[in-house]
Amino acid sequence: MLAPLRAKLSTVHIPDGYLSPATCAALYAGAAPFWYVSLQRMKRAFNTQMVPLLSVFAAFSFIIMMFNLPLPGGTTGHAVGVGIAAIVLGPWASILGISIALIIQAVFFGDGGITAIGANCFNMAIIGSLAAYAIYRFIAGRAPISSPRRIVAAGVAGYVAINLSALAAAIEFGIQPMLYHDATGAPLYAPYPLHIAIPAMMIGHLTIAGLAEMVVSAGVVAYLQKSEPSLLKRTAPGAADDNLAAGNLRRLWIAVAVLLILTPLGILAAGSAWGEWAPADFSDAAARNQIAAVSGNQSPPTEAPRGLRALASFWTAPMPRYAPPFLKSPGFGYLLSGMAGTGLILLVMLFAGFLMGGRAG
Amino acid sequence: MTGYIERTIASLIAASERAAIAEQVAFSAGALQGVDPRVKVAGLFALIVVVAASRRLRVIAALFVVAAILAAASNVRMRRLAAWVWSPVLIFTGAIALPAIFLTPGRAIGGGHAITEQGLRAAAFLIGRAETASTLSALLVLTTPWPWVLKALRIFRCPMIIVAILGMTYRYIFVILQTALEMFEARKSRTVGVLPPSERRRLASSAAGVLLSKSVQMSGEVHLAMRSRGFRGEIHLMQDFRARARDWFWLAGFGLMAAAALWWGR
Repeated sequence: MLAPLRAKLSTVHIPDGYLSPATCAALYAGAAPFWYVSLQRMKRAFNTQMVPLLSVFAAFSFIIMMFNLPLPGGTTGHAVGVGIAAIVLGPWASILGISIALIIQAVFFGDGGITAIGANCFNMAIIGSLAAYAIYRFIAGRAPISSPRRIVAAGVAGYVAINLSALAAAIEFGIQPMLYHDATGAPLYAPYPLHIAIPAMMIGHLTIAGLAEMVVSAGVVAYLQKSEPSLLKRTAPGAADDNLAAGNLRRLWIAVAVLLILTPLGILAAGSAWGEWAPADFSDAAARNQIAAVSGNQSPPTEAPRGLRALASFWTAPMPRYAPPFLKSPGFGYLLSGMAGTGLILLVMLFAGFLMGGRAG
Repeated sequence: MTGYIERTIASLIAASERAAIAEQVAFSAGALQGVDPRVKVAGLFALIVVVAASRRLRVIAALFVVAAILAAASNVRMRRLAAWVWSPVLIFTGAIALPAIFLTPGRAIGGGHAITEQGLRAAAFLIGRAETASTLSALLVLTTPWPWVLKALRIFRCPMIIVAILGMTYRYIFVILQTALEMFEARKSRTVGVLPPSERRRLASSAAGVLLSKSVQMSGEVHLAMRSRGFRGEIHLMQDFRARARDWFWLAGFGLMAAAALWWGR
């Protein structure tokens, strides 16, 4: 019985007649402050560039809504494009751009009702843009522009944003029969209560519509990373892009070199490191005093524990105590050991990177 | 698979054709075509609100008949309305309304399934409102060129900048639509055999990405062109509408109809 309902409610565009005039008016009133703030912010940020930027981007969003997107499983779906709009333009421009596209869709192409423009803009343009932006920024963090993490962030942002929009629409549908009915008790507007409206709406969005939004958001971000990374920078203020990453890497190399040069400072430290004892230290009076001094004046056992004795000969380091046997200077030995250790770690990491397909970030 | 590309091309062409036909009808002779756009926007919007507010099915049905008469008098073919508005709305809203006949609790009126009177009324309200409101909003677009609709929005205190953006967006929809169409046709002409699903998804994503790059580039070019013509952020619209005696008559007619329907449909 609910199959056709599920299929048809898989769109967020609310037509005329589904919501009461009072609900529509409330959602127009709810959307108005967001439109106002977006307009003010856009005027400040873009000045004369605002009109052409918003116009062309709203036209782009309109066309994207017409794309048939092939989805996993062999079906196709339509996206709203709210994820990619919020990622490329930021939330405020996205609110206005998607709203303009929705208004033209409703008035000129009859997709979505005229009385429901406020509701559709509130659900898709406002909730969708803010949710997509927040999720994208949260998951992407400061990852470099070319990072695969940004593709995942975009996909999740698009998917969650469109599902939150659908949930808002489902709640708006679901409260209608509770509030509005005629003298016989027949619902005057959307007839299904919350316990039917929410699953009917969400099944379509958690599957088809959500996947469509995910495919287009992640796919376009992956494309832009390769072809036009500058378009992703507006919403990635702290991102380490390629140049920045190179700069950070250079600073990192300098820090490693300084630390390497400072390694002989380790010899200046008095006493021995706690727990790093050799079996012979337990029978050496001076070493025993040092162990007791760093162990709260507790006297160590008179001979090395059996386990320590057994394992001490299990492995002999090539450079015991960071001092290659052929070197007389302990400082230079320390430095050489540090260089050898760092080089080995780098080699291991390079090999691991090679095994993982050269992907970084 | 070329089916995916063909379907996208078909939907892009359909949108383009629909806009061209709407413009053609809007410039033809007819009852509503001769009315001041401000009167039409205000009058038809008032009727749509009344349709949404009515609590009587008979009022909604009467307004549907009024909308159909207005369409016939305005050179809008019934067949076109049926294809563009009535059938899609009936299929879409009908599928949503159908389960309500059985699921809405109320007085059972027979039938093998538990059909209720309240369920039937709920479905009738939903379909009636959706059909009537869609017909009225289609009438506005089919009898008024889009730039005039936008200029008329000023009477609702719609900010001038939004009116300008709506106008430019409408223009660039067709520019970008043409670009998208050319991209898909170019791809179709180079596609032999069946594309695997992952390749189809990659194609759709890269098409959307290319379109986005081109759009951003285009907005930069449009901005420079506007600046070169002296644009400094101020927008002026030419208000060349003049209300005649006939327009006042139509305004009174819309007002009376809306008020009567509102009172009757309480």
